[in-house]
Amino acid sequence: MIGPMMNGPEDRSTRPGHPPVLDVRGLTKVYGEGEATVHALRGVDLVVERGDYVAIMGSSGSGKSTLMNIVGCLDVPTTGRYLLDGVDVSRLNDRQLALVRNRLIGFVFQAFNLIPRTTALANVELPLAYAGVPAAERRRRALAALDMVGLAARAGHEPNQLSGGQQQRVAVARALVTEPALVLADEPTGNLDSRSTADLLAIFDELNAAGRTIVLITHEPEVGSRARRLIKLFDGQIAADVRQGGPARGSAADRMLDQPTVPMERIR
Amino acid sequence: MSLFEILRFAARGVTANKLRSALTTLGVLIGVGAVILLVAVGNGSAKQITDRIAALGTDTLTVQSTSRGGASNTAITVETAKALRDPVLAPDVKSVSPVVSASATITYQGSDHSVQQFVGTYPSYFGASNTPVGTGAAFSDEDVAQGRRVLVIGQTVAEELFPGVEPVGAEVTVGGSLFTVVGVLEEKSSSSGFQDANDVAVAPLTAVQQTLTGYGPVSSVVVEATGSDRVDEAQAQVAAILDQRLKVSATTSGAANRSNSSPYRIQNASQLLETQTETADTFTVLLGAVAGISLLVGGIGITNIMLVTVTERTREIGIRKALGAPRRVILTQFLAEATMLSLTGGGLGVAAALIGSQFTIVGVKPVVVPSSIVLALGVSVAIGLFFGSVPASRAAGLRPIDALRYE
Repeated sequence: MIGPMMNGPEDRSTRPGHPPVLDVRGLTKVYGEGEATVHALRGVDLVVERGDYVAIMGSSGSGKSTLMNIVGCLDVPTTGRYLLDGVDVSRLNDRQLALVRNRLIGFVFQAFNLIPRTTALANVELPLAYAGVPAAERRRRALAALDMVGLAARAGHEPNQLSGGQQQRVAVARALVTEPALVLADEPTGNLDSRSTADLLAIFDELNAAGRTIVLITHEPEVGSRARRLIKLFDGQIAADVRQGGPARGSAADRMLDQPTVPMERIR
Repeated sequence: MSLFEILRFAARGVTANKLRSALTTLGVLIGVGAVILLVAVGNGSAKQITDRIAALGTDTLTVQSTSRGGASNTAITVETAKALRDPVLAPDVKSVSPVVSASATITYQGSDHSVQQFVGTYPSYFGASNTPVGTGAAFSDEDVAQGRRVLVIGQTVAEELFPGVEPVGAEVTVGGSLFTVVGVLEEKSSSSGFQDANDVAVAPLTAVQQTLTGYGPVSSVVVEATGSDRVDEAQAQVAAILDQRLKVSATTSGAANRSNSSPYRIQNASQLLETQTETADTFTVLLGAVAGISLLVGGIGITNIMLVTVTERTREIGIRKALGAPRRVILTQFLAEATMLSLTGGGLGVAAALIGSQFTIVGVKPVVVPSSIVLALGVSVAIGLFFGSVPASRAAGLRPIDALRYE
């Protein structure tokens, strides 16, 4: 198995005050029983540090969506350990999980998943409402998030009055508004045209430049190439983990290390 | 997240799909409204029957001869009737009014009117049969004794014969004899059966016997008891006297077929009332059953819409869970939505039923039964809440990814 080399526990022990945002150990996921058993994940180890921009690529059936759903606390692994921001998620109850989804994770879906017949503003306010933020501040922060994705003028529009690109930008605003430790995007550009894709990727670059940790899934190479770290999944296992030149904060050292399929030590 | 916020979410959820919400509300409305209104109609018709019988007088007995033809020894005559007025043998009998009736045509100044019931009786009849005299006066015992040809007419007769003319004092011809109208009966609101209770004329027994019927047996005897609670005693006393006078005994007629061979029949108004009330109650139960079925159908309608709604919204529940909504918040929101829809529909249904009950439906003035409101509202709201919240609870219990993938 080819994987990140210096991401072991000893690596974290050197920085006890800053646990990685994501620390996944020996993750497996099995669907079905008996002859219909499908091993979606066959032991995945992954550590993502704060401020990183990771793209996960892989053919369909490689387990990338499964990994993303487990990382986003939408699904539970069959075996393995998952620390999110230093917290062991598998030990949390339903209420605490809801809190984790609300505070630590911002999720962007391929299918946008906005609440229908509800304005863009109300959609963006939703996670804040579940977080118990007062109405006035909720509105202010939601408008600011919409402004960041360039949709402040469309705050009053309902999802069916927005284009796909606009809907996805609303979804990104909704993922950002709680200022989560981790932004997860499951093929965010999968349903978008090239123009909207470019817009969205620009927003992600900006976010990462501002220090936000982003993990996204894609099967488009040009989307994967924008990330600072590219992970390739094959058959439920990590086949490659490459550090590459990120567009925003890409340093000379990062660019030098931009060599596909060669495992790299991360530089921070 | 505060309850107020959740309620606002629920209100937004209800108003987001107006057509669906309106249809759900309509389903509850019809279910609740139908139950309340149908029960009210059943109750109203029962009350109508009760009123109608009460108008006949609840403290009276009607004795009728069952023998046909001229079996003179068992016929009820005026003498038989007089014998019932016996303070010793029948202390609970207040008055006895033998009645002969005929159909006759009354003529007044060229116009004539065929009276359905031309009654010859005693003055006590007016009190016993609950037909008070409106204008003018009733005839007296003296009139009966003298056989004076005086007449008290019903409202219908007065309207037919004397349009715009004061009938009291007018001379009319009945079967070739002159009668003087001395009074007009008060209008009777309830018409019993197909007969117009106001198409009636009442004259002294003797006068009618002289001019129309002859001195044969009487048609019936109206016996008034001293009170409505003494009716059964009065009936027993009357029966005892009649058995004695008409030579009816257990030895001659036999116990088994006594009721068949008895030459007379006593109708008890309070018994009639009981029977009719039972009939009316059966009617109410029947309508209630129909209403119950409509409530059931309405309930299934609510169930269906609620299930479809929640199934359709399982994805939405998945999204909300992915955004960090706790299970409790989602449950509360869906419960609140279901409550709003059921209560709005139920409230409108009650309002519709109350408005509808102000009108006369198929000749019946509905009388709303308060318990039917509670029942209908309770059942529909319970159904709405149950089927609104149980599938939502199931959906909220799913892993977010399963809810999101739900088709």
